[in-house]
Amino acid sequence: MKKRLNPANALQFIKSGDTLLVGGFGLSGTPLTLIDELVKSDKENLTVISNNLGEEGKGLGKLLVAGKLKKAKGSYFTTNRDAVKAWSKGELEIELIPQGTLAEAIRCGGAGIGGFYTKTGAGTKLAEGKEEKVIDGESYIFEKAIKGDVAIIKALKADTLGNLIYDKTARNFNPVMATAAKVVIAEVDEVVEAGSFTPEEVVTPHLYVDYVVVNQYVKKGGRYIESI
Amino acid sequence: MSLSDRIKIAKRVAQELKEGEIVNLGVGIPTIIPDYLDDKKVYLQSENGLLGMGPTPSDDDIDMDLISASKKPVSMDKGASLFDSSDSFLMIRGGHIDTAVLGALQVDETGEVANWAVPGETILGVGGAMDLVAGARRMIIASMHLSKDGSPKIVKKLSFPSSGTRKADMIVTEHAVFQFLEGKMYLIETLSDVSIEALREMTDAEFHVLEKTKVETN
Repeated sequence: MKKRLNPANALQFIKSGDTLLVGGFGLSGTPLTLIDELVKSDKENLTVISNNLGEEGKGLGKLLVAGKLKKAKGSYFTTNRDAVKAWSKGELEIELIPQGTLAEAIRCGGAGIGGFYTKTGAGTKLAEGKEEKVIDGESYIFEKAIKGDVAIIKALKADTLGNLIYDKTARNFNPVMATAAKVVIAEVDEVVEAGSFTPEEVVTPHLYVDYVVVNQYVKKGGRYIESI
Repeated sequence: MSLSDRIKIAKRVAQELKEGEIVNLGVGIPTIIPDYLDDKKVYLQSENGLLGMGPTPSDDDIDMDLISASKKPVSMDKGASLFDSSDSFLMIRGGHIDTAVLGALQVDETGEVANWAVPGETILGVGGAMDLVAGARRMIIASMHLSKDGSPKIVKKLSFPSSGTRKADMIVTEHAVFQFLEGKMYLIETLSDVSIEALREMTDAEFHVLEKTKVETN
């Protein structure tokens, strides 16, 4: 049985200065409860690798406002004006990479691959400082794999072994992030008995998942809202 | 930018898409193309992990865990499939998307596209723009002919940051359809009553006119 933790206890695996892989595309598929716990905690100087920084005051946006972040690495930060402000004031480092490069770099991190050459970004500003290589007449740039100290991800349900299933497009970066960190904590809506999912349904097999936390949000009108 | 111009562009791009194609639509004008496909069936891929994206649902059916890459609620067509971001970009970067229809800030006369950043402004977002430019089998640019300040968007040389060395195949604006062949830009059709001379004035890039070019006449 995979260790069930309450949200506050899950934080013992995260240290100040850690690099966190955080699942989600905007607010969909984001571990909102674990983020709330981080906001309340004394952890700081965190580097977050995530596609976005949530929205203003929501999801990872809360962590930013709480001053917990040193750096964000991802593909799209302009929709959160707080991120743009923090960056212009020099309060937040940002490293921008194309979304597909982000996904592939994390996949490599989880697969024991050191890096890869991609055509995406070759010849652009985002290739500055990166090794270029011509393969079969086309320009590629080298991208290093990404790994995290801890991954905090969101799935729809876990079974008692830690197998995970996801909800529609809330899957996004979560399965790949589950493979690429030393400790993986999955936030879920519900834990069910092993055997409740058919083997074909399982998207993330339990070997990737270390701990499971049940979230404190409920879904109403198609959105997660705080349940208290 | 008038709605009728946007619809005109969307309709013309819709004609370019073939029955059964796998298509990824960028933000802006491309998002309204599905309204003008009539009976033609194409399969829309959304880079956040969905193939078979359907129309905006009714308010009662909105689920913010079923969204487009612009984070707007969508639905799923019959036969849709869901996958994670790394599979999604495997499709995009590996050449498995037939056509990407993208907006642009600028396109140069060889077809090189700038669609992610404005010089002098903070550059904090790229999303999937460069992945689509590098990886889609065919790239169609759907854009207004001029930028909001009236300056040409189709230029000799990009002054905005490039999205990649891979060139566009076609540009559709409210005035014209251009095709790129071997690094040269050809006018293949006009979509308004603009004369070729007037078109040259509002197009900084040099383009060639084919004898068979269809010129709209009223």
